[in-house]
Amino acid sequence: MAVIEVEHVRKEFTVRRGGVLGQRATLRAVDDVSFDIAPGTIVGYIGPNGAGKSTTVKMLTGILVPTSGRIRVAGLEPTRQRIPLARRIGVMFGQRVQLWWDLPLIESFDLLRYIYRVPAERYEANLRAFREILELDPFLRTPVRQLSLGQRIRGELTAAMLHDPEILFLDEPTIGLDVIAKQRVREFLVSANRERGLTVMLTTHDLADIERLSSRILIIDHGRIVYDGDVEALKERYGTERILVVDLVEPAPPLEVEGGRVIRVDGPRQWIAFERARTSAAQLTAEVASKAALRDLAIDEPDIEDVVRRIYGDARPAMGPTERSSTA
Amino acid sequence: MADLLDALRLYVRLVRARLRAQLQYRTSFVLDVIGTFLISFLDFIAILIIFANVPQLGSWSASEVALLYGIATLAFALTDLVVGHLDGFPQTIRDGTFDLVLVRPRSTLFQVMTADFQIRRLGRISQAIVVLAYAIATLRIDWTIERAVVLVGAVVAGTAIFISIWVAVICIAFWTVEGREAANAFTYGGVTLAEYPIEIYDRWLRRFLAYVVPVAFVAYFPALFILGKPDPLGFPTWISFTSPAVAAAVAFVALGVWGWAVRHYQSAGG
Repeated sequence: MAVIEVEHVRKEFTVRRGGVLGQRATLRAVDDVSFDIAPGTIVGYIGPNGAGKSTTVKMLTGILVPTSGRIRVAGLEPTRQRIPLARRIGVMFGQRVQLWWDLPLIESFDLLRYIYRVPAERYEANLRAFREILELDPFLRTPVRQLSLGQRIRGELTAAMLHDPEILFLDEPTIGLDVIAKQRVREFLVSANRERGLTVMLTTHDLADIERLSSRILIIDHGRIVYDGDVEALKERYGTERILVVDLVEPAPPLEVEGGRVIRVDGPRQWIAFERARTSAAQLTAEVASKAALRDLAIDEPDIEDVVRRIYGDARPAMGPTERSSTA
Repeated sequence: MADLLDALRLYVRLVRARLRAQLQYRTSFVLDVIGTFLISFLDFIAILIIFANVPQLGSWSASEVALLYGIATLAFALTDLVVGHLDGFPQTIRDGTFDLVLVRPRSTLFQVMTADFQIRRLGRISQAIVVLAYAIATLRIDWTIERAVVLVGAVVAGTAIFISIWVAVICIAFWTVEGREAANAFTYGGVTLAEYPIEIYDRWLRRFLAYVVPVAFVAYFPALFILGKPDPLGFPTWISFTSPAVAAAVAFVALGVWGWAVRHYQSAGG
């Protein structure tokens, strides 16, 4: 039994150009999208800006009504059964603050407990667990406006989970976080998934989020699902080239290394592209180190936007939401 | 019933949380209350000055108008205390925070109405009470239980009428981000019109206040009964008792408008 069912869903917006008297145009933000998600899955939902990601999530959470098609989340029809659904899902939008800005964190939790009517013992148990995993204690009594971004996101995650949701929707949960904070958020999601059977749907720009978390990935572009499958298969198909960036002690001519080719040189820094399947980063690094003295190195993973572009073929230019029909 | 109690308890919790947040800055809080009180009091002085020069307004004496003014201002001050922060509602739509309202398991209107509670607005309530007390002290009202009930009923119904008008007009924000000025014309404009006897207005405006945006029911009609005045405009006496029914009707319309506006947001917003 799927916990999220989406069948032939479309969402169109009417927009006017040039003010009230401008021409009306119909914008198709989501165009005939279908997918099912099984309980206990962590799904990465990705795509470039304006591809229809947030519109889809808004339809799944009961914020927007689809123009056509059928949606069931936890067996409920989101907009029609908004309130029962709200009790069973958790939502965290990275850039929007759910917590009360001028209250200590703990008081926001307390208010949410009554808004969601969380039974006292569940509330206590959940709060105890999250305080430990997310290390909330040092700032539990600090007003939210004084928290760092990382602390606030940990607070937001707790807020979204206090009522034991079955499904958690996350929009850019790690945006702007440092490496350690990102790691903490990811660990939290993995443990909630494992221990509570939580289903997670996350939209992100961060390929590392997807790699560390998701068992399944959905890619949307121009309102349509262009890929639905696991992460490794995607990379093998579209994102096989990685780039090793090396900082040499002395500037040097482009290095001749086996399994890689230099694509750019800037003073002592060189960019070496290599195929994941043929060469490992370790091999290549050893190769480079045998040719020149190394100061520092980094590996650039294929960017998700590149991957999406490759799926469509490089010929297609990047553009905003597709306009397919217009009416006067 | 259990749901209503639960909602009320949650409301009290939310209000207490707002108060705690505001009391973190004690000095600013005290200055705010004093400031609001002074501004409201200046309004009252302005009225006194007008009456020193114009002792009669239509068939109404200065003290009789003070009664009208007191009832209307008290109802509006209570409204302002409960929903005054809806002034900032267009911002909620613009920055997308309304989405968060839709993912919480409570009615949208309840959440929006309880989003804030500005205790400094108590300043305006105290001013309204001063005016009302002045009117009652200087008028020789023949007090009966009926008259007392009509007075209290007028304040309660008046508050409900103003809140409903406020909710209905704030819905403009779902369509246009520039709706604030238009909304203010009805809310602040409505209370100003309710503070004076409607007989002094032009005929079309009187009809508008009786039948369309019914602020005549906040103070004017109840005051006629309290003062034992026949309506110079020829409305029957029983109209003084209809304020609660009118309030219920306006509230019903406001809920309908709100629901319609939220559905519009869900199909077009984002």
